[in-house]
Amino acid sequence: MSKDYDAAIVGGGLLGSAIAWGLGRLGKKVVVLDEGDIAKRASRANFALIWVQSKGLGMPAYTGWTVRATESWIKLAAELKDQSGLDVALQQNGGFHLTLGEDEFARRGQLVTRMHNQVGAIDYRMEMLSASDVKKMLPMIGPEVSGGSFCPLDGHVNSLRTFRAFHTGLKLFGVDYFPERPVSAIVRTGGEFRLATAQGEIRAAKVVLAAGNANQTLAPMVGLSAPMGPTRGQIVVTERTMPFLPHPLTTIRQTDEGTVMIGDSKEEQLDDRTLNHSVSAVMADRAQRTFPHLARLNVIRTWAGIRVMPKDGFPIYDQSESEPGAFVACCHSGVTLASNHAFEIARMVAAGALDSELVGAFSARRFDANHAATSSGYY
Amino acid sequence: MFKRSDQDSRQSVHIFVDGAAIEAREGDTVSAALLVSGRDVRRATAVSGAPRLPYCMMGVCFDCLVTIDGIGNRQGCLVPVAEGMQIEIQKGKREIGR
Repeated sequence: MSKDYDAAIVGGGLLGSAIAWGLGRLGKKVVVLDEGDIAKRASRANFALIWVQSKGLGMPAYTGWTVRATESWIKLAAELKDQSGLDVALQQNGGFHLTLGEDEFARRGQLVTRMHNQVGAIDYRMEMLSASDVKKMLPMIGPEVSGGSFCPLDGHVNSLRTFRAFHTGLKLFGVDYFPERPVSAIVRTGGEFRLATAQGEIRAAKVVLAAGNANQTLAPMVGLSAPMGPTRGQIVVTERTMPFLPHPLTTIRQTDEGTVMIGDSKEEQLDDRTLNHSVSAVMADRAQRTFPHLARLNVIRTWAGIRVMPKDGFPIYDQSESEPGAFVACCHSGVTLASNHAFEIARMVAAGALDSELVGAFSARRFDANHAATSSGYY
Repeated sequence: MFKRSDQDSRQSVHIFVDGAAIEAREGDTVSAALLVSGRDVRRATAVSGAPRLPYCMMGVCFDCLVTIDGIGNRQGCLVPVAEGMQIEIQKGKREIGR
Protein backbone atom coordinates (compact mmCIF):
# COMPACT_ATOMS: atom_id res chain seq x y z
CA MET A 1 0.00 0.00 0.00
CA SER A 2 1.44 3.33 -0.99
CA LYS A 3 1.31 6.11 1.51
CA ASP A 4 2.93 9.46 0.92
CA TYR A 5 3.30 10.29 4.57
CA ASP A 6 3.23 8.70 8.01
CA ALA A 7 1.16 11.64 9.21
CA ALA A 8 -0.56 14.70 7.79
CA ILE A 9 -1.01 17.60 10.20
CA VAL A 10 -3.88 19.91 9.29
CA GLY A 11 -2.90 23.32 10.62
CA GLY A 12 0.55 24.89 10.90
CA GLY A 13 0.04 27.16 13.89
CA LEU A 14 1.84 26.71 17.15
CA LEU A 15 -0.06 23.55 18.08
CA GLY A 16 0.19 21.84 14.68
CA SER A 17 3.83 22.87 14.36
CA ALA A 18 4.67 21.47 17.80
CA ILE A 19 3.10 18.09 17.00
CA ALA A 20 4.69 18.00 13.52
CA TRP A 21 8.06 18.91 15.05
CA GLY A 22 7.65 16.17 17.65
CA LEU A 23 6.84 13.60 14.95
CA GLY A 24 9.75 14.80 12.80
CA ARG A 25 11.97 14.43 15.85
CA LEU A 26 10.87 10.78 16.07
CA GLY A 27 11.91 10.26 12.45
CA LYS A 28 8.41 10.19 10.97
CA LYS A 29 7.61 11.38 7.45
CA VAL A 30 5.27 14.28 8.02
CA VAL A 31 3.41 16.92 6.01
CA VAL A 32 1.87 20.11 7.40
CA LEU A 33 -1.07 21.56 5.47
CA ASP A 34 -1.55 25.16 6.49
CA GLU A 35 -3.58 28.20 5.61
CA GLY A 36 -1.83 31.39 4.52
CA ASP A 37 -0.81 34.69 6.03
CA ILE A 38 -4.33 36.00 6.48
CA ALA A 39 -5.51 33.06 8.57
CA LYS A 40 -6.94 34.00 11.96
CA ARG A 41 -3.83 32.82 13.71
CA ALA A 42 -3.60 32.86 17.49
CA SER A 43 0.04 31.81 17.07
CA ARG A 44 0.85 35.35 15.97
CA ALA A 45 -1.57 37.19 18.27
CA ASN A 46 -1.02 35.53 21.65
CA PHE A 47 0.28 36.97 24.91
CA ALA A 48 3.08 34.36 25.30
CA LEU A 49 2.53 33.28 28.88
CA ILE A 50 3.51 29.83 30.10
CA TRP A 51 0.85 29.85 32.74
CA VAL A 52 -0.42 27.63 35.52
CA GLN A 53 -2.19 29.72 38.13
CA SER A 54 -5.98 29.47 38.17
CA LYS A 55 -6.12 26.86 35.39
CA GLY A 56 -8.06 23.69 36.00
CA LEU A 57 -10.97 24.72 38.19
CA GLY A 58 -13.65 22.18 37.25
CA MET A 59 -11.16 19.74 35.72
CA PRO A 60 -8.23 18.73 37.97
CA ALA A 61 -6.59 16.76 35.13
CA TYR A 62 -5.98 20.06 33.32
CA THR A 63 -3.94 21.30 36.25
CA GLY A 64 -1.67 18.24 36.09
CA TRP A 65 -1.33 18.45 32.29
CA THR A 66 -0.41 22.15 32.53
CA VAL A 67 2.16 21.63 35.28
CA ARG A 68 3.69 18.80 33.28
CA ALA A 69 4.03 21.16 30.29
CA THR A 70 5.73 23.89 32.32
CA GLU A 71 8.23 21.33 33.60
CA SER A 72 9.20 20.06 30.15
CA TRP A 73 9.42 23.54 28.58
CA ILE A 74 13.04 23.71 29.74
CA LYS A 75 13.83 20.66 27.63
CA LEU A 76 11.87 22.05 24.68
CA ALA A 77 13.65 25.41 24.78
CA ALA A 78 17.03 23.65 24.97
CA GLU A 79 16.27 21.34 22.04
CA LEU A 80 14.98 24.20 19.89
CA LYS A 81 18.13 26.21 20.67
CA ASP A 82 20.42 23.31 19.83
CA GLN A 83 18.63 22.63 16.59
CA SER A 84 17.78 26.09 15.27
CA GLY A 85 20.18 28.35 17.14
CA LEU A 86 17.19 30.45 18.29
CA ASP A 87 16.93 31.42 21.93
CA VAL A 88 13.22 31.53 22.76
CA ALA A 89 13.89 33.54 25.96
CA LEU A 90 12.16 31.13 28.32
CA GLN A 91 11.72 32.64 31.78
CA GLN A 92 10.01 30.65 34.56
CA ASN A 93 10.58 32.45 37.83
CA GLY A 94 6.95 32.81 38.85
CA GLY A 95 4.12 35.11 37.81
CA PHE A 96 1.53 37.39 39.35
CA HIS A 97 -2.09 38.29 38.97
CA LEU A 98 -2.29 41.75 40.57
CA THR A 99 -5.50 43.30 41.85
CA LEU A 100 -6.61 46.93 42.05
CA GLY A 101 -8.71 47.80 45.10
CA GLU A 102 -9.98 45.65 47.97
CA ASP A 103 -12.92 44.04 46.13
CA GLU A 104 -10.69 42.55 43.46
CA PHE A 105 -8.26 41.34 46.12
CA ALA A 106 -11.06 39.58 48.02
CA ARG A 107 -12.43 37.95 44.86
CA ARG A 108 -9.01 36.70 43.84
CA GLY A 109 -8.52 35.31 47.34
CA GLN A 110 -11.75 33.33 47.00
CA LEU A 111 -10.60 31.87 43.68
CA VAL A 112 -7.29 30.79 45.22
CA THR A 113 -9.17 29.10 48.08
CA ARG A 114 -11.45 27.25 45.64
CA MET A 115 -8.41 26.06 43.66
CA HIS A 116 -6.75 24.78 46.86
CA ASN A 117 -9.91 22.97 47.95
CA GLN A 118 -10.37 21.15 44.66
CA VAL A 119 -9.95 17.42 45.14
CA GLY A 120 -7.54 15.65 42.86
CA ALA A 121 -5.61 18.65 41.56
CA ILE A 122 -1.92 18.80 42.29
CA ASP A 123 -0.87 21.73 44.42
CA TYR A 124 1.04 24.34 42.50
CA ARG A 125 1.65 26.65 45.42
CA MET A 126 -0.46 29.58 44.26
CA GLU A 127 -0.72 32.03 47.14
CA MET A 128 -2.14 35.45 47.90
CA LEU A 129 0.35 38.21 48.68
CA SER A 130 -0.31 41.56 50.31
CA ALA A 131 0.56 44.75 48.47
CA SER A 132 3.67 45.21 50.63
CA ASP A 133 4.87 41.67 49.84
CA VAL A 134 4.22 42.25 46.12
CA LYS A 135 6.20 45.47 46.32
CA LYS A 136 9.27 43.58 47.52
CA MET A 137 9.28 41.61 44.25
CA LEU A 138 7.81 44.29 41.94
CA PRO A 139 9.09 47.61 43.35
CA MET A 140 7.42 49.78 40.70
CA ILE A 141 3.76 48.98 41.52
CA GLY A 142 1.47 51.93 42.17
CA PRO A 143 -0.56 52.80 45.29
CA GLU A 144 -3.80 51.34 43.91
CA VAL A 145 -2.39 47.80 43.79
CA SER A 146 -4.06 45.89 46.64
CA GLY A 147 -1.96 42.75 46.29
CA GLY A 148 -2.41 39.68 44.16
CA SER A 149 -1.76 36.01 43.66
CA PHE A 150 1.64 34.53 42.90
CA CYS A 151 2.51 31.12 41.48
CA PRO A 152 6.17 30.08 41.34
CA LEU A 153 5.60 27.84 38.28
CA ASP A 154 4.38 30.64 36.01
CA GLY A 155 6.52 32.16 33.31
CA HIS A 156 6.68 33.41 29.76
CA VAL A 157 8.59 33.02 26.51
CA ASN A 158 9.12 34.75 23.20
CA SER A 159 6.27 32.95 21.45
CA LEU A 160 6.92 34.40 17.98
CA ARG A 161 10.51 33.17 18.12
CA THR A 162 9.26 29.80 19.38
CA PHE A 163 6.95 29.60 16.38
CA ARG A 164 9.86 30.43 14.08
CA ALA A 165 12.09 27.88 15.84
CA PHE A 166 9.50 25.14 15.29
CA HIS A 167 9.29 25.99 11.59
CA THR A 168 13.08 26.12 11.28
CA GLY A 169 13.13 22.72 12.96
CA LEU A 170 10.46 21.30 10.66
CA LYS A 171 12.67 22.06 7.70
CA LEU A 172 15.70 20.49 9.37
CA PHE A 173 13.68 17.35 10.19
CA GLY A 174 12.63 17.10 6.55
CA VAL A 175 8.95 17.80 7.27
CA ASP A 176 7.05 19.12 4.24
CA TYR A 177 5.30 22.41 4.99
CA PHE A 178 2.66 23.59 2.52
CA PRO A 179 1.07 27.00 3.09
CA GLU A 180 -2.10 28.14 1.30
CA ARG A 181 -3.31 24.55 1.38
CA PRO A 182 -6.59 24.42 3.32
CA VAL A 183 -8.15 20.98 3.50
CA SER A 184 -11.69 20.71 2.17
CA ALA A 185 -12.42 17.00 2.71
CA ILE A 186 -10.88 13.97 4.38
CA VAL A 187 -11.79 10.37 3.59
CA ARG A 188 -10.28 7.11 4.77
CA THR A 189 -9.97 4.38 2.18
CA GLY A 190 -7.79 1.30 2.13
CA GLY A 191 -6.22 2.09 5.49
CA GLU A 192 -5.02 5.54 4.55
CA PHE A 193 -6.38 9.04 4.71
CA ARG A 194 -6.89 11.14 1.60
CA LEU A 195 -6.97 14.86 2.19
CA ALA A 196 -8.48 17.01 -0.55
CA THR A 197 -6.90 20.40 -1.23
CA ALA A 198 -7.22 22.82 -4.14
CA GLN A 199 -3.72 21.79 -5.23
CA GLY A 200 -4.42 18.07 -5.18
CA GLU A 201 -4.72 15.15 -2.84
CA ILE A 202 -2.39 14.29 0.04
CA ARG A 203 -2.26 10.74 1.36
CA ALA A 204 -1.14 9.78 4.83
CA ALA A 205 -1.41 6.87 7.25
CA LYS A 206 -2.53 9.18 10.05
CA VAL A 207 -4.09 12.59 10.23
CA VAL A 208 -3.95 15.09 13.08
CA LEU A 209 -6.48 17.91 13.06
CA ALA A 210 -4.68 20.90 14.53
CA ALA A 211 -6.62 23.68 12.83
CA GLY A 212 -7.70 25.61 15.92
CA ASN A 213 -11.31 26.76 15.82
CA ALA A 214 -11.66 25.22 12.34
CA ASN A 215 -11.39 21.80 13.97
CA GLN A 216 -15.11 22.14 14.65
CA THR A 217 -15.73 21.81 10.90
CA LEU A 218 -13.00 19.28 10.16
CA ALA A 219 -13.54 16.84 13.03
CA PRO A 220 -16.89 15.39 11.80
CA MET A 221 -15.18 14.38 8.51
CA VAL A 222 -13.37 11.64 10.45
CA GLY A 223 -15.93 10.76 13.11
CA LEU A 224 -14.68 13.20 15.72
CA SER A 225 -16.12 16.29 17.32
CA ALA A 226 -14.57 19.52 18.55
CA PRO A 227 -17.13 22.03 19.83
CA MET A 228 -15.49 25.43 19.94
CA GLY A 229 -16.41 28.78 21.50
CA PRO A 230 -13.79 31.29 20.38
CA THR A 231 -13.44 34.78 21.86
CA ARG A 232 -11.56 37.87 20.77
CA GLY A 233 -8.71 39.40 22.72
CA GLN A 234 -6.78 42.63 22.23
CA ILE A 235 -3.18 43.47 22.97
CA VAL A 236 -1.49 46.85 23.37
CA VAL A 237 2.30 47.09 22.95
CA THR A 238 4.56 49.92 24.09
CA GLU A 239 7.92 51.07 22.82
CA ARG A 240 10.99 49.33 24.22
CA THR A 241 12.13 50.36 27.65
CA MET A 242 14.83 49.24 30.07
CA PRO A 243 13.91 46.07 32.00
CA PHE A 244 11.63 46.93 34.94
CA LEU A 245 9.37 43.91 35.31
CA PRO A 246 11.17 40.79 36.61
CA HIS A 247 8.00 38.62 36.59
CA PRO A 248 5.16 38.34 34.08
CA LEU A 249 1.59 39.22 35.09
CA THR A 250 -1.65 37.83 33.67
CA THR A 251 -2.22 41.21 32.01
CA ILE A 252 1.23 42.83 31.67
CA ARG A 253 4.60 41.42 30.64
CA GLN A 254 7.85 42.86 29.42
CA THR A 255 9.36 40.98 26.50
CA ASP A 256 12.99 39.96 26.29
CA GLU A 257 13.53 42.79 23.80
CA GLY A 258 12.02 45.47 26.06
CA THR A 259 8.50 46.13 24.80
CA VAL A 260 5.67 46.00 27.33
CA MET A 261 2.63 43.94 26.33
CA ILE A 262 -0.75 44.71 27.88
CA GLY A 263 -3.50 42.21 27.28
CA ASP A 264 -6.25 39.89 28.41
CA SER A 265 -9.45 41.47 27.11
CA LYS A 266 -12.27 39.14 26.15
CA GLU A 267 -15.10 39.85 23.70
CA GLU A 268 -17.66 37.72 21.91
CA GLN A 269 -17.05 39.46 18.60
CA LEU A 270 -14.92 37.45 16.16
CA ASP A 271 -13.65 39.96 13.59
CA ASP A 272 -9.90 40.36 14.09
CA ARG A 273 -9.53 43.16 11.51
CA THR A 274 -10.86 45.93 13.74
CA LEU A 275 -10.04 47.16 17.23
CA ASN A 276 -12.40 48.24 19.98
CA HIS A 277 -10.54 51.27 21.29
CA SER A 278 -12.69 51.58 24.38
CA VAL A 279 -11.43 48.12 25.38
CA SER A 280 -7.80 49.13 24.68
CA ALA A 281 -8.34 52.26 26.77
CA VAL A 282 -9.48 50.25 29.79
CA MET A 283 -6.51 47.90 29.42
CA ALA A 284 -4.06 50.80 29.18
CA ASP A 285 -5.70 52.56 32.12
CA ARG A 286 -5.42 49.49 34.35
CA ALA A 287 -1.83 48.96 33.28
CA GLN A 288 -0.79 52.47 34.27
CA ARG A 289 -2.64 52.24 37.58
CA THR A 290 -0.65 49.05 38.20
CA PHE A 291 2.70 50.56 37.12
CA PRO A 292 2.33 54.38 37.04
CA HIS A 293 5.55 54.97 35.09
CA LEU A 294 4.01 53.16 32.07
CA ALA A 295 1.98 56.35 31.50
CA ARG A 296 5.13 57.92 30.04
CA LEU A 297 5.60 55.26 27.37
CA ASN A 298 4.29 55.50 23.83
CA VAL A 299 2.05 52.77 22.45
CA ILE A 300 3.47 51.51 19.17
CA ARG A 301 1.14 48.65 18.23
CA THR A 302 -2.26 47.22 19.03
CA TRP A 303 -4.01 44.24 17.57
CA ALA A 304 -6.97 41.92 17.99
CA GLY A 305 -6.71 38.15 17.82
CA ILE A 306 -9.17 35.28 17.99
CA ARG A 307 -8.58 32.76 20.76
CA VAL A 308 -8.74 29.10 19.93
CA MET A 309 -11.18 28.00 22.60
CA PRO A 310 -12.90 24.66 23.10
CA LYS A 311 -16.44 25.24 24.34
CA ASP A 312 -15.65 24.61 28.02
CA GLY A 313 -12.15 26.12 27.93
CA PHE A 314 -10.31 22.81 28.39
CA PRO A 315 -8.20 21.07 25.74
CA ILE A 316 -9.57 18.42 23.38
CA TYR A 317 -7.43 15.40 22.43
CA ASP A 318 -9.14 12.45 20.82
CA GLN A 319 -8.63 9.60 18.41
CA SER A 320 -11.53 8.63 16.19
CA GLU A 321 -13.22 5.31 17.02
CA SER A 322 -14.76 4.96 13.57
CA GLU A 323 -11.65 6.15 11.67
CA PRO A 324 -8.65 5.03 13.75
CA GLY A 325 -5.53 6.98 12.93
CA ALA A 326 -7.44 10.27 12.87
CA PHE A 327 -6.66 12.51 15.84
CA VAL A 328 -7.94 15.89 16.90
CA ALA A 329 -5.99 18.31 19.10
CA CYS A 330 -7.01 21.79 20.11
CA CYS A 331 -6.68 23.97 23.14
CA HIS A 332 -6.59 27.55 24.25
CA SER A 333 -3.06 27.45 25.64
CA GLY A 334 -0.95 26.61 22.62
CA VAL A 335 2.08 28.33 24.14
CA THR A 336 1.90 26.82 27.63
CA LEU A 337 1.19 23.32 26.28
CA ALA A 338 3.67 23.42 23.36
CA SER A 339 6.10 21.14 25.18
CA ASN A 340 3.40 18.55 25.84
CA HIS A 341 2.37 18.65 22.20
CA ALA A 342 5.95 18.29 20.97
CA PHE A 343 6.89 15.46 23.31
CA GLU A 344 3.76 13.71 24.61
CA ILE A 345 1.07 14.12 21.95
CA ALA A 346 3.58 13.48 19.14
CA ARG A 347 4.74 10.30 20.90
CA MET A 348 1.12 9.12 21.33
CA VAL A 349 0.24 9.85 17.68
CA ALA A 350 3.35 7.95 16.55
CA ALA A 351 2.32 5.00 18.73
CA GLY A 352 -1.22 5.14 17.38
CA ALA A 353 -2.89 5.48 20.78
CA LEU A 354 -3.58 8.33 23.16
CA ASP A 355 -2.34 7.65 26.68
CA SER A 356 -5.58 7.67 28.67
CA GLU A 357 -3.81 8.24 31.95
CA LEU A 358 -2.42 11.55 30.68
CA VAL A 359 -5.08 12.83 28.31
CA GLY A 360 -8.16 10.61 28.79
CA ALA A 361 -9.98 13.42 30.58
CA PHE A 362 -9.71 15.63 27.48
CA SER A 363 -11.80 13.48 25.13
CA ALA A 364 -14.57 15.44 23.44
CA ARG A 365 -16.91 12.71 24.65
CA ARG A 366 -17.27 14.88 27.77
CA PHE A 367 -19.52 17.14 25.68
CA ASP A 368 -21.94 14.27 25.01
CA ALA A 369 -23.23 14.43 28.55
CA ASN A 370 -25.60 17.30 29.07
CA HIS A 371 -23.85 18.37 32.23
CA ALA A 372 -20.80 19.61 30.35
CA ALA A 373 -19.08 22.27 32.42
CA THR A 374 -18.96 25.74 30.96
CA SER A 375 -16.31 27.19 33.19
CA SER A 376 -12.80 27.79 33.95
CA GLY A 377 -10.35 26.25 31.59
CA TYR A 378 -9.33 29.84 31.33
CA TYR A 379 -9.48 32.83 33.64
CA MET B 1 30.64 65.57 6.77
CA PHE B 2 27.71 68.02 6.66
CA LYS B 3 28.35 71.75 6.12
CA ARG B 4 25.95 74.63 6.38
CA SER B 5 25.24 76.61 3.25
CA ASP B 6 27.00 79.98 3.06
CA GLN B 7 23.62 81.55 2.40
CA ASP B 8 22.15 80.22 5.65
CA SER B 9 21.68 83.43 7.63
CA ARG B 10 19.16 82.14 10.20
CA GLN B 11 19.62 83.12 13.82
CA SER B 12 21.72 80.99 16.17
CA VAL B 13 20.08 78.75 18.77
CA HIS B 14 22.15 77.24 21.55
CA ILE B 15 21.49 73.66 22.63
CA PHE B 16 23.40 71.11 24.72
CA VAL B 17 24.42 67.64 23.59
CA ASP B 18 25.39 65.38 26.48
CA GLY B 19 26.18 68.58 28.37
CA ALA B 20 28.33 70.21 25.66
CA ALA B 21 27.14 73.51 24.14
CA ILE B 22 26.33 73.32 20.40
CA GLU B 23 25.28 76.06 18.05
CA ALA B 24 22.27 75.30 15.91
CA ARG B 25 20.08 77.54 13.76
CA GLU B 26 16.49 78.54 14.22
CA GLY B 27 14.33 76.05 12.32
CA ASP B 28 16.82 73.19 12.54
CA THR B 29 15.43 69.87 13.64
CA VAL B 30 17.31 68.19 16.49
CA SER B 31 18.60 65.59 14.02
CA ALA B 32 19.87 68.21 11.54
CA ALA B 33 21.63 70.05 14.36
CA LEU B 34 23.23 66.84 15.59
CA LEU B 35 24.41 65.80 12.11
CA VAL B 36 26.03 69.16 11.41
CA SER B 37 27.60 69.41 14.88
CA GLY B 38 30.63 67.34 13.89
CA ARG B 39 30.29 65.31 17.08
CA ASP B 40 29.86 61.53 17.28
CA VAL B 41 26.09 61.47 17.72
CA ARG B 42 25.51 57.80 16.99
CA ARG B 43 22.87 56.20 19.23
CA ALA B 44 22.88 52.49 20.15
CA THR B 45 19.80 50.48 19.12
CA ALA B 46 17.50 49.01 21.77
CA VAL B 47 18.05 45.30 21.09
CA SER B 48 21.41 44.65 19.43
CA GLY B 49 23.14 47.91 20.40
CA ALA B 50 24.11 48.60 16.78
CA PRO B 51 25.24 52.22 16.11
CA ARG B 52 22.79 54.40 14.16
CA LEU B 53 22.47 57.95 12.88
CA PRO B 54 19.33 59.81 11.72
CA TYR B 55 18.42 58.44 8.30
CA CYS B 56 15.12 59.30 6.64
CA MET B 57 14.76 62.76 8.25
CA MET B 58 10.99 62.61 7.75
CA GLY B 59 9.60 60.66 10.68
CA VAL B 60 9.47 57.20 9.16
CA CYS B 61 12.56 55.19 10.06
CA PHE B 62 12.91 55.92 13.79
CA ASP B 63 16.69 55.77 13.55
CA CYS B 64 16.95 59.29 15.02
CA LEU B 65 15.63 58.33 18.47
CA VAL B 66 17.15 60.58 21.11
CA THR B 67 16.46 61.83 24.65
CA ILE B 68 15.20 65.45 24.57
CA ASP B 69 14.75 67.43 27.78
CA GLY B 70 14.62 64.23 29.79
CA ILE B 71 12.15 62.32 27.61
CA GLY B 72 13.50 59.25 25.83
CA ASN B 73 12.72 57.82 22.38
CA ARG B 74 11.86 61.20 20.81
CA GLN B 75 12.19 61.37 17.04
CA GLY B 76 14.90 64.01 16.64
CA CYS B 77 14.00 64.63 13.00
CA LEU B 78 10.51 65.85 13.95
CA VAL B 79 11.43 68.19 16.82
CA PRO B 80 12.66 71.75 16.13
CA VAL B 81 15.51 72.96 18.32
CA ALA B 82 14.80 75.49 21.07
CA GLU B 83 17.14 77.69 23.06
CA GLY B 84 18.72 75.76 25.96
CA MET B 85 17.38 72.37 24.86
CA GLN B 86 19.12 69.40 26.55
CA ILE B 87 19.86 66.53 24.16
CA GLU B 88 21.25 63.16 25.27
CA ILE B 89 22.42 60.57 22.78
CA GLN B 90 20.39 57.49 23.70
CA LYS B 91 22.34 54.31 24.27
CA GLY B 92 19.97 51.36 24.14
CA LYS B 93 16.39 51.18 25.38
CA ARG B 94 14.50 54.13 26.79
CA GLU B 95 15.05 54.41 30.52
CA ILE B 96 12.22 53.91 32.99
CA GLY B 97 10.49 57.17 33.79
CA ARG B 98 12.35 59.14 31.14
